[in-house]
Amino acid sequence: MGTKTLENIEGQFEMFQILNENGEIINEEAMPELTDEQLQELMRRMVYTRILDQRSISLNRQGRLGFYAPTAGQEASQLGSQFALDKEDWILPGYRDVPQLIWHGLPLYKAFLFSRGHFVGNQADGLNMLSPQIIIGAQITQTAGVALGLKKKGKKNVAITYTGDGGASQGDFYEGMNFAGAYGAPAIFVVQNNRFAISVPVEKQSAAKTIAQKAVGVGIHGVQVDGMDVLAVYKAVTDARERAINGEGPTLIETMTYRYGPHTMAGDDPTRYRSEDLDSEWEKKDPIVRFRKYLESKDLWNEEKENEVVEKAKEEIKAAIKQADKTPKQKVTDLIEIMYEELPHNLREQYEEYSAKESK
Amino acid sequence: MAQMTMIQAITDAMRIELKNDENVLVFGEDVGQNGGVFRATEGLQKEFGEDRVFDTPLAESGIGGMSIGLALTGFRPVPEIQFFGFVYEVMDAISGQMARLRYRSGGSFHAPITVRSPFGGGVKTPELHADSLEGLMAQQPGLKVVIPSNPYDAKGLLISAIRDNDPVIFLEHMKLYRSFRQEVPEEEYTIEIGKADVKREGSDITIVTYGAMVQASLKAAEELEKEGINAEVIDLRTVSPLDIDTIIASVEKTNRAIVVQEAQKQAGIAANVVAEINDRAILSLEAPVLRVAAPDTVFAFSAAEDVWLPDHSDIIEKAKQVVNF
Repeated sequence: MGTKTLENIEGQFEMFQILNENGEIINEEAMPELTDEQLQELMRRMVYTRILDQRSISLNRQGRLGFYAPTAGQEASQLGSQFALDKEDWILPGYRDVPQLIWHGLPLYKAFLFSRGHFVGNQADGLNMLSPQIIIGAQITQTAGVALGLKKKGKKNVAITYTGDGGASQGDFYEGMNFAGAYGAPAIFVVQNNRFAISVPVEKQSAAKTIAQKAVGVGIHGVQVDGMDVLAVYKAVTDARERAINGEGPTLIETMTYRYGPHTMAGDDPTRYRSEDLDSEWEKKDPIVRFRKYLESKDLWNEEKENEVVEKAKEEIKAAIKQADKTPKQKVTDLIEIMYEELPHNLREQYEEYSAKESK
Repeated sequence: MAQMTMIQAITDAMRIELKNDENVLVFGEDVGQNGGVFRATEGLQKEFGEDRVFDTPLAESGIGGMSIGLALTGFRPVPEIQFFGFVYEVMDAISGQMARLRYRSGGSFHAPITVRSPFGGGVKTPELHADSLEGLMAQQPGLKVVIPSNPYDAKGLLISAIRDNDPVIFLEHMKLYRSFRQEVPEEEYTIEIGKADVKREGSDITIVTYGAMVQASLKAAEELEKEGINAEVIDLRTVSPLDIDTIIASVEKTNRAIVVQEAQKQAGIAANVVAEINDRAILSLEAPVLRVAAPDTVFAFSAAEDVWLPDHSDIIEKAKQVVNF
């Protein structure tokens, strides 16, 4: 009886897909309403972000960037979901989710400063976003709060957050979704399932066959999406957003995706835990290749357009790194000043001490 | 003026702030219709509605994370953690997150959150209800930690805590909730956070303390007086940041000091106070600064509280030791 119940539940989480690996529409009725310009813009962003990943890895190796978590392979999942948002929607990203912030308005040089470890990189300047969350799961409970806040203020906006397949094992993952569900808050929880949490395969995280089905435990809507299919991701988030702002509560979206690179640039070597077969299987599913085929078939994309994006990306990355270089170095007094609105006694004393040092 | 218990003064402070500022939200486990397990939020939901005063699912981490999210959208959250022993469930949200929000965002965001929570021994609670864990909070940059010892201070400090634009941990000693009444003004007033209060003036020895140990220290001071020892009792009121000026001025006058806390010797904040006195007033000291604290065991099984918790006789003994050094 128990097993039957489980099978029934798992049966409800079939992967949602619009575009197949050959760039063909296989689910016409789910096709989102996007203009030709929007379709091209999506492609531009994916190509740009792939270049950004390549350049970031290279800049990291040259020592010109610090902490960096590669994103190649996850462009559809990251950018398709952000593309469905309104400018006033909130993003609470994980540490791999810098691209969503950039397309939501964060200047590129600030993303680089975040990587290097400079507080200016974390300043939001009026944008509805937090800097990437390092504590896996913390962003999930905070998202429930932002969403409840938006609901209480009567805003027609949502809070979206991202974690990985490993993150779905955290207590905060469950608590955040459960709170949002209990309050009917307009939240979207995206789990980017790239099959590995550093070296641990998703099968070792949970006996659950899908992560999407974890929505059942908290009584909210859940959907599993082909995370290499930008149209499916966009559509799933658009639908979740629509439901959320209509007061129908939160949604959990699992995007089935893959990271082609290592976990981070801090010495992780994926050949220790991933087979070449698995890598090449997922390379066939590349979200950019697939979407390019689709756009080319509609005569919306060509090599020239792609090269333009590549060149623009390279130029802007160069300029952004220069701007990051020019940002004044951090002083201890800067760090003291951003601790509190009014400094307590101990910090007033230490401020004096360090400003004397700094003026030497 | 009205005669109030500390719990009534706390409720009154929340009522005033809920009325003053529409962004103030009070929430936690059973704080709504039930009015809180200690009646601290009694009547608030009825008066201000479910939108302002509401129950949460039973999950401390979720409560902490939700507070941060609500703060990001412009609210002034006053969450309750039912007993402070449960803080371990929400350590990340408090110490890892809200304490760091202003800094980590370079000042773009801040967390005007007041976490209220009962703690303290002497009322025979079950496990992990009474533990004194203020020392953990005091070690976290970005937090302020306030511990009132009487109804008057509780109201003025809680109003200040709620109005503070950075996170404040407001710890309420369970034994003090209803142990005595005090004249408390009915209107709003504030007490500055980070300011200690001299509860009894004296010239022979300084007793620095906070929480339930303030009453115990005052009782000890009365008995010491009979033996010709005139003790000054300083109620820290805020255990982080410390009011250095008040502590040092007193020690420079009396030349002797002890620090009294209910927490275990290896916990609490007494070691900080001793270090500050050593740093700043060693030339005034006639004797070392000694500490009164609980033994370094896990908090006592309830039937052992009487022999385990520090009390006025421990304070008298330690004060005499310092005076006769």
